[in-house]
Amino acid sequence: MSGPEGALQSVVEARKLEKRYGSKRALRPVDLALERGGVLVVTGANGSGKTTLLRLVAGLAAPTRGTLEVRADRAELGYLGHEGFLYRELTAVENLDLYGRLYRVPERRERIGMLLERFGLWEARAERAGAYSRGMLQRLALCRTLLHEPALLVLDEPFTALDAEGAGLLDTQLAELRGERTIVLSTHNPERVAQLATARLALT
Amino acid sequence: MSYLGDVATLARKDLRLELRARDTLPAMLLFVVSTLVVFHFALPEGADEVAAQGLLWVALVFTALLGLARAWAPERESGALEGLVLAPCDRSAIWLGKAAAVFAFLSSVELVALPAFALFFGSVDAATVAGVVLASIGICAVGTLLAAMAAASRTRELVLPLLFLPLAIPLVVGGVGASVSSEPARYLAFLALYDAIFSILCWASFEYVVSE
Repeated sequence: MSGPEGALQSVVEARKLEKRYGSKRALRPVDLALERGGVLVVTGANGSGKTTLLRLVAGLAAPTRGTLEVRADRAELGYLGHEGFLYRELTAVENLDLYGRLYRVPERRERIGMLLERFGLWEARAERAGAYSRGMLQRLALCRTLLHEPALLVLDEPFTALDAEGAGLLDTQLAELRGERTIVLSTHNPERVAQLATARLALT
Repeated sequence: MSYLGDVATLARKDLRLELRARDTLPAMLLFVVSTLVVFHFALPEGADEVAAQGLLWVALVFTALLGLARAWAPERESGALEGLVLAPCDRSAIWLGKAAAVFAFLSSVELVALPAFALFFGSVDAATVAGVVLASIGICAVGTLLAAMAAASRTRELVLPLLFLPLAIPLVVGGVGASVSSEPARYLAFLALYDAIFSILCWASFEYVVSE
């Protein structure tokens, strides 16, 4: 997070942002400002509102109170939620091709091949997503999120279900993206991304 | 890629999913054929043509309802509707792609249902076929939107028929009218008008349905 002068160039800026579902408060009021190229690490116990905050930033939910400004349009946003948004009956390549077409990814096939290779899924590219293990699905969901090279990455507990190798691949990917992309990331393991973080937000 | 390119991409995805999973079309086919068989034995000997035409429309509407109930199942199971909503394409393309796929399924079912109806109850004339095509467009346009609304509900199995059937009444009136009237053109024009109005309404309102 940054001071008021940094907020002028913020990609994500929230003031007294709050979310309720009926009488249940899903997110207590928070203020934040994240500059372009920054990495915000969101931590907090279960039910503290991490997912709610990230869904608000992604535009999947509307604030109940307060203001939220996200200076990135849908084409510039990459969101990884708890569900991978992947069709179980489609292969890995078909899933990525679908999103690649909708995001107008240039040189789509090369980009898909590169990502599948990078996340260790190339050999399983022709298998249906339904046959994937939980960890492989998470890797494929990461490929989907990164496919269109989004300027703003919103990653909700991206290390979930990844084995040591998968987590290492994600570490490498995040390190490469640091400074180039704006990243909002929630985690239960802040030590893992301590070196990446330029800002921290602990939800209560 | 153009708007229509997005629609084609999304519709192709649904057709591919159905070809792989085969969990909607076979059920629709089985349902419509068995319904017509039941009606064949249930209708009294010597019943008039109007009654038989009415039964055709009952079979088609409830078969469509069966397909509509499954229309958004792949998105519901994987959370993929949010993935599509986040994509930079026009959100109405999601509705149009899904409606086009549902129309393809329903048309396939009708290709079997109409000959089966002719076999059990007598011939099917051109006005009936035109009525079925026009009514199917309306069913898919309205039904796809309502199915998306119902998909977000825990009680979707109840919500969808409650929302859909009242809006399908004009389609049944138009369809039966086109099948039995000596002046089917009036009813066909009515169905075309319904299709135009409700397609525009659904196209314009899908954005609000998928927003929180």
